[in-house]
Amino acid sequence: MMAVLKHELSGYFHSLTAYIFSAFLLAFVGIGALIYNIQSAVANFEYVLGYVCLGFVVIIPILTMRVIAEERKQKTDQLLYSLPIRTSQIVVGKYFALLAVYLVPLCIIALYPLIFAQFGEVYLPTSYGSLFAFFMMGAAMIAVGTFICSLTENQGVAAGITLPVILFNYYSVTLAEYVSATASGSAIAVIVIAVLLGFIIRYLTKNDNLAYGASIVIILAVLAVYFADSSKLEGLLPDIMKKLSLFERFYTFVNGVFDLTAIIYYITVIVFFLFLSVQSLEKRRYN
Amino acid sequence: MITVEHLTKCYGDFMAVSDLSFEIDEGHVYGFLGPNGAGKSTTMNIMTGCLSATEGHIRINGYDIFEEPEQAKKTIGYLPEQPPLYMNETPAEYLRFVGEAKGLKGEKLKRQIEEVASQTKIEHVMDRLISTLSKGYRQRVGIAQALLGNPKVIILDEPTVGLDPIQIIEIRDLIKQLGENHTVILSSHILSEVQAICEKVLIISKGKLVAFDRPENLEKLLLSSNGISFTAEASREETEEILNEVDRITKWDVETQEDMLTVVTIKTDSKDMRDICRQIFFAFANHKIAVLEMASKKANLEDVFIELTEGESGVGEE
Repeated sequence: MMAVLKHELSGYFHSLTAYIFSAFLLAFVGIGALIYNIQSAVANFEYVLGYVCLGFVVIIPILTMRVIAEERKQKTDQLLYSLPIRTSQIVVGKYFALLAVYLVPLCIIALYPLIFAQFGEVYLPTSYGSLFAFFMMGAAMIAVGTFICSLTENQGVAAGITLPVILFNYYSVTLAEYVSATASGSAIAVIVIAVLLGFIIRYLTKNDNLAYGASIVIILAVLAVYFADSSKLEGLLPDIMKKLSLFERFYTFVNGVFDLTAIIYYITVIVFFLFLSVQSLEKRRYN
Repeated sequence: MITVEHLTKCYGDFMAVSDLSFEIDEGHVYGFLGPNGAGKSTTMNIMTGCLSATEGHIRINGYDIFEEPEQAKKTIGYLPEQPPLYMNETPAEYLRFVGEAKGLKGEKLKRQIEEVASQTKIEHVMDRLISTLSKGYRQRVGIAQALLGNPKVIILDEPTVGLDPIQIIEIRDLIKQLGENHTVILSSHILSEVQAICEKVLIISKGKLVAFDRPENLEKLLLSSNGISFTAEASREETEEILNEVDRITKWDVETQEDMLTVVTIKTDSKDMRDICRQIFFAFANHKIAVLEMASKKANLEDVFIELTEGESGVGEE
């Protein structure tokens, strides 16, 4: 794993990726700090983080688009497969390298609250709590981006899918207010999701029985609940959309609450998507 | 050293490798021969753990590649068909990464990199970007990578494809050298190459093993296609008349050329070619007809290959 980590890191710092990523992140946070903290003379640095987190839509794809797709394109994935290291070590090594690249600009950003504290009252625990949550949220999105990247061998496609996925996640809470909250609406939405899930499973595993089985089980469960007690399904879809939002949980930190469940949620997302990335790499061996 | 048992690999409905079994001993150079799409690359990819098999087992040095992949992979160095190189790195950086991934550290790593670099003669390009290297040098860097960690088995997938004649000779010499201390398996569809460097040849066709023997034994297999061809200064009728007198031959092709010359090709399964040549010669001499040219033609690996894989239509590698 260390070999992969070292190799990836040297790759990022030899190419432009790490620098472009850092430049974007620093620019976003810098402009935010300029407007909020300096121009409007607000002492809360966490608001800046809350304000700039839309920037993830742009910077996460920059960071993750080549992580696995590039290996495929250059056919170096064959080398990785033939080396005496496990697929999980490859994925985790690559992921930690991404985190390290992500940490570099964050270390610079971590100085801002201290600088502001020289000129007035800054409540540092909220600032650093939010910064930590900012890191965790970014880490979760990097895991999502890594997984999306593992599905394709084209960097452009990887970036092109990651971007709307994060954008959708960003707006999912806003959208949740506009979607149908009725029981039948939720039931239909869940059935559509189940069918889509079936197609995805079928694409990934090439196993028809598993794919159809999973879809049918979910659809039957939804129908059963719907006919037994339709009130339980009311508001299900907006709820799901709100729960899935990575950003919504981050705002709790900005408001001054250190929410452990959110941290656990981020870690779960990271582990889940890294697991999927490993499976996606393993799958390449099977077809 | 390597045991392959009932290996089968399907891509959907297409069977790339079907029920392939063979055993490879230590310390020889083995050639893996087959037309395009025969399943060579697939088999090699499975042997090195890059692909899974649909069915079957592969044991390398006693370790099952599917059950204990890490131990098994430590004993293999693999160069895939397209060398897996990071274009924006130098060979030095690249080899350091591969060495570390193979578990080498510190002084040992440094020594090994120097060793494989001098073996593959890439010392003077170690600090140039791989993207600026020629194909021959890239191939060498790929081989150097496979040699790191001193694996017992080295698997090379078409190592000389796309190289110029001098580079081909150099790579062949290198492979021969490697064969002294390692078990080398190389795939190729160039027969002369396999004949030149391999001690044993596996021929596969449509994912099945059709022959596994020493090159010279394979040639003997096809003695039936031994032939004699000669040019006589006579008309077609005269020639046929004389040939009928020679009792050990029954079938021939006759082709008349201008200036009263007739070219005859005879196929025979007799082992004593010399005797037949002598009989033909004297038969014509008795009729005072000059035989201007006579040559006996032995079957070579090319014929074995064509005969064994006849009627194949390549479906594309992998």
